[in-house]
Amino acid sequence: MKKEFKVIAELLPKNTRVLDVGCGDGSLMNFLREEKKIEVRGLELNQENVQLCIRKGLPVIQGNAETELHQFPDQSFDYVVLSQTLQAFYNPEEVLKNLLRIGKAVIVSIPNFGYWKVRMKLLFFGEMPVTKTLPNTWYNTPNLHMCTIKDLFKFCDEKNINIKKVVGVNEDKTSPIKKSNLELKNLFSKLGIFLIG
Amino acid sequence: MPSLAGLFFWMNRKTEDINKIIVKKPLKLDCGKTINNFPLAYETYGKLNANKDNAILVFHALTGDQFVTGTNPITNKEGWWVTAVGPGKAIDTDKYFVICANVIGGCMGSLGPKDTNPENNQPYGLDFPVITIRDMVKAQESLLEHLGIKKLLCATGGSMGGMQLLQFCATFPDKAFSAIPIACSSSHSAQNIALNELARQAIMADPVWDNGKYVSKDVQPKNGLAVARMVGHISYLSEKGMQEKFGRKLQEKADYEFSFNADFQVESYLRHQGYAFVERFDANSILYITRAMDYFDLSKQYKDGLVEAFKNQNTKFLVISFSSDWLYTTKENKDIVIALNASGADVSYSEIVTDKGHDSFLLKEPEFLKTLKGFIDSMYEKFKNEKRI
Repeated sequence: MKKEFKVIAELLPKNTRVLDVGCGDGSLMNFLREEKKIEVRGLELNQENVQLCIRKGLPVIQGNAETELHQFPDQSFDYVVLSQTLQAFYNPEEVLKNLLRIGKAVIVSIPNFGYWKVRMKLLFFGEMPVTKTLPNTWYNTPNLHMCTIKDLFKFCDEKNINIKKVVGVNEDKTSPIKKSNLELKNLFSKLGIFLIG
Repeated sequence: MPSLAGLFFWMNRKTEDINKIIVKKPLKLDCGKTINNFPLAYETYGKLNANKDNAILVFHALTGDQFVTGTNPITNKEGWWVTAVGPGKAIDTDKYFVICANVIGGCMGSLGPKDTNPENNQPYGLDFPVITIRDMVKAQESLLEHLGIKKLLCATGGSMGGMQLLQFCATFPDKAFSAIPIACSSSHSAQNIALNELARQAIMADPVWDNGKYVSKDVQPKNGLAVARMVGHISYLSEKGMQEKFGRKLQEKADYEFSFNADFQVESYLRHQGYAFVERFDANSILYITRAMDYFDLSKQYKDGLVEAFKNQNTKFLVISFSSDWLYTTKENKDIVIALNASGADVSYSEIVTDKGHDSFLLKEPEFLKTLKGFIDSMYEKFKNEKRI
């Protein structure tokens, strides 16, 4: 989702050190390099994606974010970005803890399981939801820990993680999310983007 | 087959045609001795452009030499990295200027143990000073000076070549815009020292070796040297790769001979590799170069270890390892990445999945060659832009 990239780009000041965890084929890194002149480092598991990044001249380390974040020293980046990957980890809590250790701040985006279409699918059809942001079926989805924007809010509260800003995204529309409008935005946002730390 | 003496004569005659510079600047070796006015043999491919921003330095491995690609004029065989370097190849010599020097301690024209010791006009043999990877690298810096290259677009090397490269970046932090260490290590492991010791012991157990004095008799401890080479060849393959290539296949026979001839294809392969090698390599050089590898421990040179070694690096790194390489494992290569990361260097890393073992970097491994090309081409664009600014 291009809108997601724009929101992330707006959250990042110029001249910052950024690590993109699970950087895929490097499209976000490329976007930030072109739009904001920010040189981003990436971590990516898939070899094909790693090669695509290298060919674009994007610095990327092949590795597993679940097991290999220890190689990055404490506070070695200003920002760590985790775009729509949190739900795919075995232990998302541990990964988040590591990201907060590595970065002075962390930007996490999640596909929102509380989006109304997702809820309808389960409520009226009794089937696991398949949508544009959640394209896989139940048996082949990489998503192990789906959550809603509200869930992540609660999680941060419980773990004493400071929430600096939350943005809800639905197609081309973005809106700030606060505790006061959380119920409504949790229903109408396809994506939640959290700035924490 | 020509006699060994004849062969040596032929080799020496040919080696006089090799490109070399005489390094006049005294080089203080790690062992404490100093050498000067010594020959450093090299070869170049492609053309250095007017901006001098397309130079790539290649460091060769243990048994390599400066003849990276094309036909090696001494052996009349293909260069050792013909798969990666040449016109239209991953390291494209139509576009880039590729330089490679023979390491000191070697036997392809650079100062080595078979050369004459000016002190007694005898071949050095074991009087040759013990050299280190750092000595090799310092000697090669003089070549860049000679060629008028201030900053390389890229420096690369696999195996011992990668070790030289890491040393080069640590010792000369501003000499390379980018660097690709391949299948190497920042310090030689116990297993690798053990394998090198096996190779050395094989040479030294050959009576012809005679404490390294064979050179003045125009002979070569070929049995020992061949065994040393066989050890190497086993370590360059993987268990799976070897099984797939040879299995239990017999060598041009229907059944066992009930003898100690080479019944199995794998035996025949090793014997062939071993005895082909003695025609192009000097046994004492193997002793000296393997020793240099064993002494290599970059972290030991710096108080705060590897992280300090890579401090203030502006070089952009790409570390590459191969999944089935048990000589220089993925873990050892990742340790380099971790140190580079910790020191804040710009580093990429890729593990190529293959069954071909350590040898992979010399073979037609499409994923590897694509990665190599992609990185170098993108670095060239960046380097040109940086220079313009």
